[in-house]
Amino acid sequence: MHPAFSVIFLTTLIGAGQGLFLALFTGQIFSQFKLMPEQHNESFFYIGSLIAIILLSIGLFSSFFHLGHPERAWRSAAKWKTSWLSREVIALPATMVAIAAYGLAHYLGFTTPLFTMPGGTGVDATLLLGLAATIATYALFVCTGMIYGCIKFLQEWHSPLTVINFILLGTASGFTLATALSAYLNTGLVHFYASWAIFFTLLAFIFRLASLRRNSRIKPKSDLRSAIGVNHKNIKQMAQGSMGGSFNTREYFHGAKASFVKSIKYVFILLVFVIPLILLLLSLNVSTYYIPAIAIGIQYLGLLAERWYFFADANHPQNLYYQQIG
Amino acid sequence: MTQLALVIDLNVCVGCHACVTSCKEWNTSGPAGYMVDKNPYKEDPTGTFFNRVQSFEIGTYPQTETVHFPKSCLHCEEPPCVPVCPTGASYKREEDGIVLVDYDKCIGCKYCSWACPYGARELDEKQKVMKKCTLCVDRIYDEALPEAERKPACVMSCPTSARLFGDIHDENSEVSKAIREDAGYQLMPEWGTKPANHYLPRRKTRIKIHEDELERVDNPLSKEERKTHNAPGTGPSLDDMTTW
Ligand code: SF4
Ligand code: SF4
Repeated sequence: MHPAFSVIFLTTLIGAGQGLFLALFTGQIFSQFKLMPEQHNESFFYIGSLIAIILLSIGLFSSFFHLGHPERAWRSAAKWKTSWLSREVIALPATMVAIAAYGLAHYLGFTTPLFTMPGGTGVDATLLLGLAATIATYALFVCTGMIYGCIKFLQEWHSPLTVINFILLGTASGFTLATALSAYLNTGLVHFYASWAIFFTLLAFIFRLASLRRNSRIKPKSDLRSAIGVNHKNIKQMAQGSMGGSFNTREYFHGAKASFVKSIKYVFILLVFVIPLILLLLSLNVSTYYIPAIAIGIQYLGLLAERWYFFADANHPQNLYYQQIG
Repeated sequence: MTQLALVIDLNVCVGCHACVTSCKEWNTSGPAGYMVDKNPYKEDPTGTFFNRVQSFEIGTYPQTETVHFPKSCLHCEEPPCVPVCPTGASYKREEDGIVLVDYDKCIGCKYCSWACPYGARELDEKQKVMKKCTLCVDRIYDEALPEAERKPACVMSCPTSARLFGDIHDENSEVSKAIREDAGYQLMPEWGTKPANHYLPRRKTRIKIHEDELERVDNPLSKEERKTHNAPGTGPSLDDMTTW
């Protein structure tokens, strides 16, 4: 498939925004349930939520560049019963609203417990809103992943690994960002977030390698025989019905050399996983904020490459009809 | 239930592109607005087409055969392009099975084109909406046209009658008979899309002739027979050979 930058930015930015929110809420839960020293740094939570919202908004904004008629975008919420894209269109603003409410509750200091759970943990508005936002965040991850995962003849995408990777890569980048943010704001959570970021980056690495391995072994279900219905193993296209290319030659081919696609694969493995892992390990012990800041910068660049590769890697069966201009 | 469709006979298609041009002519002049043509007389001409004719060479030289292969939306009975559309712009009509795009609703997200394994949908670069074959829905029901002309433009124009049009759910229709009797098949059946359009394969007409049909072993008029039986009254007469 042809990698479109609007969609690359959309998926990577909202992924990082969602991950950042999950990181914030994980921190809150750990502190509220006294799994680590309690955090009273409200500003970290609302600044974090604000950054998450900004990331989601830029993602949403860039998605409009993918549309031929952005002014009609509101129509796309109509078919949520059948279309994952439609569901994403609903889940994205819902997630933004929920995260905004969560941040606002922190900002306004709605932290007096509404009721107390057995065990003595006070449940306040931020916890409930955070829970709602977590559900929305995961729903959004699933919708985004399923947009690609549900098309069965894009065999490289049609796998649970697609959804898992969207979740893990988004979460990993969000936790790395949280590490940088907590280091910058001096919250004392650097060690906590860096460890989680390492965990998620490693997990994402494992699952991304699994999908690379799976995709390198795919046997295409369609070939020219079934495409035109002639049972002969030697079929060669002589003309594709247009001399100057068409939508079909632009939308479904990445147009890059095979060697370039391959090099992008190594680039993203380095930038998304290897280098950030080293930097995160470093920041476990060093308390300067720019090490995790560099880590998230590099990881995000890597994610752009990863998403580019994700699209370029997918082979559409319609390409069988467009092997030769003429 | 009606399911309108085309049946395309690859045995007679000569790859003349008459269907391509007449399709473009009819649809670019239609109520839905023109179909873009970029650089029509320059380098890299490109534009929107609902129908394209491709050519394939089968076999290894010198044992080759060229197959001309017209391709347009197949109006699948299980169209994967329809449920993915977020706006409902893409839909399949209950009454005749035609898959259509509502150009006023389409947001041009291209998702449906990803979900068509045949590459039958094209985004119009000017109008920025998804376009595809409509089976000339603005023509086949037009009562202002004589009944014989209420057919898709491509069917009307095909000089070899390689394109048949009709209801594949009606067992007695011309198209159903063609599919049944001339081995009609669907493209990429492996995806379960159940394309309504069918193709008829290349067919070879052969007769079996046995050696003894060319030369009779017991031919009384052969040279040898005549030599052995040339004494009058001894050889076989015509009466021996024939039952009157
Ligand atoms: S051929 Fe493609 S566009 Fe046409 S109905 Fe089938 S899936 Fe949809
Ligand atoms: S491009 Fe138009 S018809 Fe296709 S899925 Fe998007 S809105 Fe629907």
